[in-house]
Formats: sequence, C-alpha cells, structure tokens
Amino acid sequence: MRSAIRVLIAKPGLDGHDQGAKIVVRALMDAGFDVTYSGLRQTPQQVAQLAHETGADVIGLSSMAGSHLSFCRKLKPILAEYGLQEKLWIVGGSIPAQDHTPLKETGVDGIFPAGTTLQEIVTFITERAG
Amino acid sequence: MSREKPPVPKPVFNESGLEIKPLYTPADVEASGGNDKIGLPGQYPFTRGIHPLMYRQRPWTMRQYAGFGSPHETNKRFKYLIANGQTGLNVAFDLPTQIGLDSSDPVAAGEVGRVGMAVDTLRDLEIAFEGIDLEQVTVSLTVNGSAATLIAMYLELARKRGYDIRSLRGTAQNDILKEFIGRGTWVYPVQPSIRLVADTIEFCAHEAPKYSPVSVCGYHIRESGADPVQEMAYAFCIAKVYADEVIARGLSVDEFAGRLSYNFNIFGNIFEQVCKFRAGRSLWAEIMREQYDAQKSTSMWLRMIAGGGGSGLTKEQPELNIVRGAYYALIGALSGAQTMALCSYDEAYTIPTEYSARISLRTMQLLTAEMGLCDTVDPLAGSYYVETLTSQMREQMEKVMREIDAQGGIVKLISEGIIQSQLSAQAYERRRQIESGEFAKVGTNCFQIDEEEQEVALHPYSDEDALAQIAATMQVCAERDNKQVAAALAEVSAAAAGDINVMPAISKAVSSYATVGEITAKLSDVFGCYQEPIRF
Repeated sequence: MRSAIRVLIAKPGLDGHDQGAKIVVRALMDAGFDVTYSGLRQTPQQVAQLAHETGADVIGLSSMAGSHLSFCRKLKPILAEYGLQEKLWIVGGSIPAQDHTPLKETGVDGIFPAGTTLQEIVTFITERAG
Repeated sequence: MSREKPPVPKPVFNESGLEIKPLYTPADVEASGGNDKIGLPGQYPFTRGIHPLMYRQRPWTMRQYAGFGSPHETNKRFKYLIANGQTGLNVAFDLPTQIGLDSSDPVAAGEVGRVGMAVDTLRDLEIAFEGIDLEQVTVSLTVNGSAATLIAMYLELARKRGYDIRSLRGTAQNDILKEFIGRGTWVYPVQPSIRLVADTIEFCAHEAPKYSPVSVCGYHIRESGADPVQEMAYAFCIAKVYADEVIARGLSVDEFAGRLSYNFNIFGNIFEQVCKFRAGRSLWAEIMREQYDAQKSTSMWLRMIAGGGGSGLTKEQPELNIVRGAYYALIGALSGAQTMALCSYDEAYTIPTEYSARISLRTMQLLTAEMGLCDTVDPLAGSYYVETLTSQMREQMEKVMREIDAQGGIVKLISEGIIQSQLSAQAYERRRQIESGEFAKVGTNCFQIDEEEQEVALHPYSDEDALAQIAATMQVCAERDNKQVAAALAEVSAAAAGDINVMPAISKAVSSYATVGEITAKLSDVFGCYQEPIRF
C-alpha cells in the first residue's frame, strides 16, 4: 500500500493570520494526508528546507497579507536548488484574481482563494499528488 | 377540517450554545436572576452603560483603521478621514514595524508599507501626524509586539510638539497575550512580553495618566474561532494577568485600571452580541470591585472599541458586506460602545479604498444623524429576552473563566498552545458547518448567485516606495547624534536585563531617533525570541 500523501502547509512572510492555514491543516489531516504545519514567518529558504526534510509531496502556502507573489518568485529558484520543482505547489488565502496568472507562470499548480471549499483542496491534492 | 397541533418549533441555539426560547416573559427574567444587575447607566454594575447619558451626551468615537505605505500617504488619508467627520484615528502599521524590524531588514523585503504605514524612527510619526492636532483627535496605535517602542515614540512626538503628555489621550492595542492566540505579531517569549506590557502600564500611570496603554482584545480571539462568551471570558482572563503583574509592582488598582480598555468583535446574532456586551460590562465591574477591591468607578468601567467584524464578511456578493456593516454598527450602538470601527466591504481582499472607507464612516453617521440611536440610553433594556440572555451569558462567562483557572490559567494554556488548538478546532468545525449548509451564510451557502471572479481595485504596492522609505531612514540616521543613540540603546539593554522599567530608556532612545529595529534587537538580545508551540 502506498503511504499517505505528505503535505507541508507553510505561512510565508510576516503575516500572522493563521486561522485559514490551520483549518486547511485539519481538513487535510481528516482526509488522511500526512500533514506538517510550519508555523508563522517562514522565509523561502525555510519553506524549501522544511519541504525537503519532511519529504513533502505537496507544498502549500497560506497568505493573507498580499506578499504571495513576491514570495513565490523568491521561492521558485530555491525549490529548484532542493530538487523540489516537480512537487505539487499550491497557494491559498487572500489571492486576488489578477495575481492568478502571474502565480501560475511562476510555477504554482493550484490556487485556492478565499471561498474555496475544503473538499476542493482535498480533491485537487488527491488527483494531482495521489 | 383537520385539527393538527401546531408543530413544535425546532430547538434554536445561539453561537455561545445557549438555547433560545420562542417566547420570553417576566418569569424568564425572574428565573435568570431577576432585575438586580440591570440598574441604571452610569451606576454599578454598569450593565446599561458606563455613563448616565451615553450618546445623548456624546456619540461614540468613529475610528476607522487606516494607514499604508509611507508616512506621507498615511498623513493624507488621516486628513481625508478627519475632513469627512471621523473623530479618532486608528493607525495601521506595516508588518515589519509591528514585529520590530526596520524597513531595511532583509526579512522585511516585500512587506514594507504593505498592510500599514512603515515606521522606522520618530521622524516617520512626525510626518504622519503633521498638521493634525493631537488633542482634537484621539489616536489609537494598532501595535503589539513592538508596542513599548511605538508608545514611547508617540508620547515623545507629543512632547516635542509641546503637548502636556499628562493630559494627552490616546490608546495603544498592546495586548500581546492575544497575539499568541491570533494575529501573530509576537516577538519575545511569553513572560518578558507580559513584563513589557506591565512596563507600559506602569510608565503611563506615572507619566501619561490619561493615555490608555492597553486595549485588551477579545476581537482576535473571536476571529480565531471563539464563541462570543469565550471572546469576553478569555479577554477578561488576559486583562487580569496584566493587572496582577502591575499590582505586584506595588501600584494600587485605582492607579491604572481606569486606563485599561477593550476591543471586541461584532458579527453574528444581533441579540447575542448586545447581551454579550451588557453581560460583560457588569461582570468586569464586579471583577474589579470584588476581586481587586477597586474603589473608583472608572476602574470598573468596561470601555471598549467594538466593531469589525472581519469573520462575518464574505467574498461572495461583497456589496452585502455594506449591509452587514450597517447591522454591526447598529449592534455597537445598541451595546453602548465608546468607539466603533467597521471593516470596509472590500477588506476581505484589499486595503479599503477612500470610497469604501467613507461608506463605513457614513454607515455610522447614518445611525447618529438619521436613525435616533443617540436619543436614549440602552434602548433594549427591559426586554424579557435581552435581560434573560444577558444574565445567562454572564453566567456562562463566569463558568468559562473558572474553567480556565482550573486548567492552570490563561498564561499556561497560551504558552502550551492549548487555547490556540481548541480555537482552531472550533474554527474548523464552523467552516465545515458553513460548507455543509448547517450554519447559514448568505451568498456562501444560501441565496447564492453565479459570480465570476472579479478583478478588484487593489491598493498598489511599489518596491520604489519601500526603497524611498529605507533611504529616508538612512538620511535620519546620518543626521542623528550616534553617540547619544548608542548611550540610549545601552540603557535599554541594561533596563531589560535588570528589573527596572524599560520605558524611560526606550523614550530616550526614540527621542534620539534610534530605529524600531535597533531597540527590538537590544530587547531580544536579553529576552530571546518566542517559539510558537504547534499543536493540533
């Protein structure tokens, strides 16, 4: 039997709004995934390092304070350094529509703005990383 | 014709878990404790309000949260809000400032001026408040982790502009314990963080006795998943921690308790919120009088800013948030709030535009100007339902506070991440209820429409502005007396390492244009940094 999908949920940058991230962590745990939560204030380096250490299949970022795009652009080359560029990369939170295309161009596979259901996130991960 | 019995109504519970009956009568008021605690406004236990005439004497202060980018831009928005009739300012700082980093810190890159105003030195406050009379408009600083520095900076600003800080009014949020629960702008470990709050309270009690150094926040506790009863009960537990710490230094409760204030959330069931505030007012008064032996009425007052309520707003059909905001403001007015701030309808995805900020302000002005909300005090008093629920909610708050104490107290529960875990479990449960339709949310799980993801007007962010801020601070640092700065910073270190109040040393440091980051670095050298407990 294949072991559970490993997911890292990280809080990038200085934003302290973690209610959404923690809800997603709980939903993914209930869905049977092996979830690691980073805690607040992760740098791009720390996110990549933690993804590497935990053997993450999925790297999820939760951003509520607007710095998602600049963070992802910094994270991309560091993920590559760690050989994590093929992992499923998802971003959720307060992500305005006009940022979706630039995020996709940066390499983000799935975007889950406010209003996404927990089931949509679970389904996406199951289909794409399962 | 069939004679069916009318169906028995389904039981209804409010968010705090109290069952709501279809009808209330005088017997319910009697059964829940009678009229003893209702009393009169302006009199103990203040259920009906802290002042005898409330809004008849003066409407609530309208204080929308504002601040972004550079101090120059923030100054413009402040003047815009004042010109539109706003009576207080509520300053938003950017995240680097809130956690004590300079704009030039590599960790701050991409976040300078993004969610609030960047402040590195006193110069930035001088610019932000240029042309604003600090006695005409009261200023609230929404800052916690770096609050000691920002309070000192604001008081120094006032002093340098010639105000008597002994009569200066204003508020700082400065409630670090709730930052560990939600919002997350902590810096130092729990114990030294509490000590810093006590330092600011003690300092203000002596030097700036009209200034409110702490606004204890149920608000963010509620945003993190608490129900309305927990929101109040946890906030009271936290306020008691600060009070105990200050009393342990030898101050009497009446020397500082009158300057403690509160920040609470409004969203959800109208009557539950109104009763929450009425219940909380009498409970806090009783705690201060019976447990702390407060003699002055002002020490027993639950003074509050109320509003929000971010978690009540939806991204779907965002214009409905304007309507929700109007109800939230109505609740605040029916609850006797001293100050109100509303989340703007676009706040779920951006910093409010001038347009949306004005709608929030006008929402409150409609109530005072057109709707008669200032005419009479506590207009819901005497309602069988409201009085019964007020008593029941108060009983629940007392019960929750006893449970917290029985588990070792709020500081222990926060330090171990137990409160955080409990609230995130509750928030998850609520989210599931919204997704299943069990908990109604208009536009989200009922009365939906087909909505295209709209491009929204976003507050622009520019790296050039951040660079300009860094350059401006470099200029300030080039012009200041660096010997004086170094001496003041050494005093900050010594005070932090000893057991004397750090505020006089921080005041000297900010006065000589030391940066927020320099002061934070000295304090964290002594105190260390907080390690977040991760617990699910």
